[in-house]
Amino acid sequence: MFDDEGMDEIRQIFLEESTEGLDVMESGLLELEPGTADMETINNIFRAAHSIKGGGGTFGFIEVSDFTHWVETILDEMRSGERDVTENGITLLLESVDCLRGMMDSINAQSDYDTPRISALQARIVAVLNGEVDAGVAVPETASDSPAPEIVEVEACEPVAEAPVEVSQTESAQPDEQPQAEVVAESEPTTEEVQAASAVTEETVAAVAEAPIVKKPEVAPASELENVSAAEPAKGKADKAAPDSSGGSIRVNVDKVDSLLNLVGELVITQSMLGRFKKEFNVNDLSDLRDGLAQLESNTRELQESAMQIRMLPIKVAFSRFTRLVRDLSRNLGKKVKLELLGEQTELDKTVLEKIGDPLVHLVRNSLDHGIETVEKRLAMGKPAEGLIKLSAYHEAGNIVIEITDDGAGLNRDRILSKAIERGLVTEDEQLSDDSIYMLIFQAGFSTADQVSDLSGRGVGMDVVRRNIQDLGGRIDVHSEIGVGSKFTIRLPLTLAILDGQLVRVGGDTYIVPLLSIVESVFINPERVNVVANNQMLYRLREEFLPITDLRAICNGSYKNMTLDVDELNDKLLVVIETAGKRYGLVVDDLEDQQQVVIKALENNYRHVSGLAGATILGDGSVSLILDIPSLAQRCFSNIENTEQLASA
Amino acid sequence: MNQDQVQQAGGIDLNPDALQFLTFILNGEEYGVDILKVQGIQGWSKVTPIPNTPDFMLGVINLRGAVVPIVDLRKRFQLDEVNYGPTTVVIVVKVAGDEGERVVGMVVDAVSEVYNVDAKEIKPSPNFSGSISTEYIRGLSMIENKMVILLEIDSLVNSGVLDLVPSELVV
Repeated sequence: MFDDEGMDEIRQIFLEESTEGLDVMESGLLELEPGTADMETINNIFRAAHSIKGGGGTFGFIEVSDFTHWVETILDEMRSGERDVTENGITLLLESVDCLRGMMDSINAQSDYDTPRISALQARIVAVLNGEVDAGVAVPETASDSPAPEIVEVEACEPVAEAPVEVSQTESAQPDEQPQAEVVAESEPTTEEVQAASAVTEETVAAVAEAPIVKKPEVAPASELENVSAAEPAKGKADKAAPDSSGGSIRVNVDKVDSLLNLVGELVITQSMLGRFKKEFNVNDLSDLRDGLAQLESNTRELQESAMQIRMLPIKVAFSRFTRLVRDLSRNLGKKVKLELLGEQTELDKTVLEKIGDPLVHLVRNSLDHGIETVEKRLAMGKPAEGLIKLSAYHEAGNIVIEITDDGAGLNRDRILSKAIERGLVTEDEQLSDDSIYMLIFQAGFSTADQVSDLSGRGVGMDVVRRNIQDLGGRIDVHSEIGVGSKFTIRLPLTLAILDGQLVRVGGDTYIVPLLSIVESVFINPERVNVVANNQMLYRLREEFLPITDLRAICNGSYKNMTLDVDELNDKLLVVIETAGKRYGLVVDDLEDQQQVVIKALENNYRHVSGLAGATILGDGSVSLILDIPSLAQRCFSNIENTEQLASA
Repeated sequence: MNQDQVQQAGGIDLNPDALQFLTFILNGEEYGVDILKVQGIQGWSKVTPIPNTPDFMLGVINLRGAVVPIVDLRKRFQLDEVNYGPTTVVIVVKVAGDEGERVVGMVVDAVSEVYNVDAKEIKPSPNFSGSISTEYIRGLSMIENKMVILLEIDSLVNSGVLDLVPSELVV
């Protein structure tokens, strides 16, 4: 059906527009307060639904336009005041938005629609339109070809089976009670479309009658929400898969494009100014040439920034899903939680933005599940009944900082420590600062949750969170206070393509250490170097012992052995790096410039080399390698714990 | 040869069997690479060595803004090492990899000629012990009474060179 190129393009346009529309609908629905009828919001939602329906009809996605039609009918009734805005109604509409998202994913993947889910939801909408109270239906999550007939409770199924039949009757007999006929006509349709739409309706109606629906009219809203939250991870995956398959596109503000074009114009002027020196050049022109080169330099920098701006999107895109997530999860967990978003307009690179979503979801869920206490507990502790989760983003020194703060129970230092000792991650007599104890939660397989819940507690999450953030070249820190709350701080580079680097020299080679990993650099005082068993060297920096290694040894392929004598360290420098909450020292010959470098992946023409994050081309045209500090530290110092034990023994 | 070029430029290949090979010398033997895979030939320039790679991986160079690995075919096939001289050249080839195309430079002793070879004239390679192992050889061809060994450059570069990991790391 969608084989040829043109169709592909049309599909992409439709999907992009509809996804935006769905986002508008979702955020609008979340703004809507039950019992009130904020006309502007309802109109916004209605308009978004209407365009999706129109688009679906125009581009030939009849199922979408048909389903949206029912949603639109409900919204229309809310708009005209015929129907009250209820909590259940909002939930039903939110589920419809999810269902439409699922349909969009199916269209994108060119797979079949999840028909049972669509029909079940549609039947519920129809039931609501017919004045029945929506009690929530366990929506089948995936299309199962062979529904087990035993699970269909005949009695409970009746209302569902009845409702569509009523509709098909009213369709022909009572046009005045059937607003959808009018609405279809509104959306610039051809007669064929209307026919097609109603044909599909009949098909769907038939499907509904057959669909395996377990209807439990007595189901409490809480269990209904479980379905929503259970469906959430699947949705997240689909979201992630979608951009991969299409290559994706960005909507760019016209101002950004204009400023880019202006800069290109300036560049052309500079070029023509410099170009005249090609013909003739005498010594008197030297200052002109210098000016021209200075101008070229500033043009280039501005152009680079401007081009990067095009890839920048506000973090709002990643934050927006949390309103829904927190609403659903807090209801599910029976907690009262308020979500505060700050700095939503902070911009960051699209790639970073796409990859940071999942770690953020994880952290917010953790805060909700483990952090925020139940209402009773909070009241008992003298806290306000409503918990607070704050997501904020801001720029700081070329990085973007995202903070997730909650006013919940905080991390339990003693429990983390005892669990870590139990798991052999640390020894009992180790002296650890509070923050390094908190960092233990990022170890693989670490969980202090007494009970594994749906949401968290399996201990697979936090190490993945940290790894994802490290893959993006960032880092995460924790700060927490018992009874007051905890704060997770994520620092990320603004873009993946360019990195702030410190050039270090080792022998004749220049390497680049990402500035983000460097804590400080000091001259080595050989008296402070201690060699312990296993040839491991420790350096006493103020009151801390840092394991150190020679970068030259790493570059020669040896990870664990120092090649230098202590005496040779005299005029060398120690670059103190920090990764995963621990500090290490790298011995280098000299520090050179700090500069922004463009990352070129080695994988493009070769393959991944462990210990290297990529390569870059320096000003003189030579290639320099960028060190991957987390993986280097892991390789060089992974036996440090043993070494330290040996040293203390 | 001119005629062939015209045909290729026009996108019409009248004789689908007509192939062109660039040949190079390695350890006294002449090897041929499909000329459509060759991106350029350039002199030897300083490379940036990459740690923890096999010794035949000399390092990477900046080739018009791309970071391109350079391999020494002599080291790769364990031939005697020779000092790089004025005729030492790097043949830059573009091969199809698993994830898109890879551009790689191969250091060889010297570049020789460009020959037209009819695909039907390519003889299957017997099992013989040349400098380059037979699994990377597409066939043999007699050109001007010389034997030219035609290479299967894609598999040589991918599985024969780039995908080899250092067999033992000093730990």
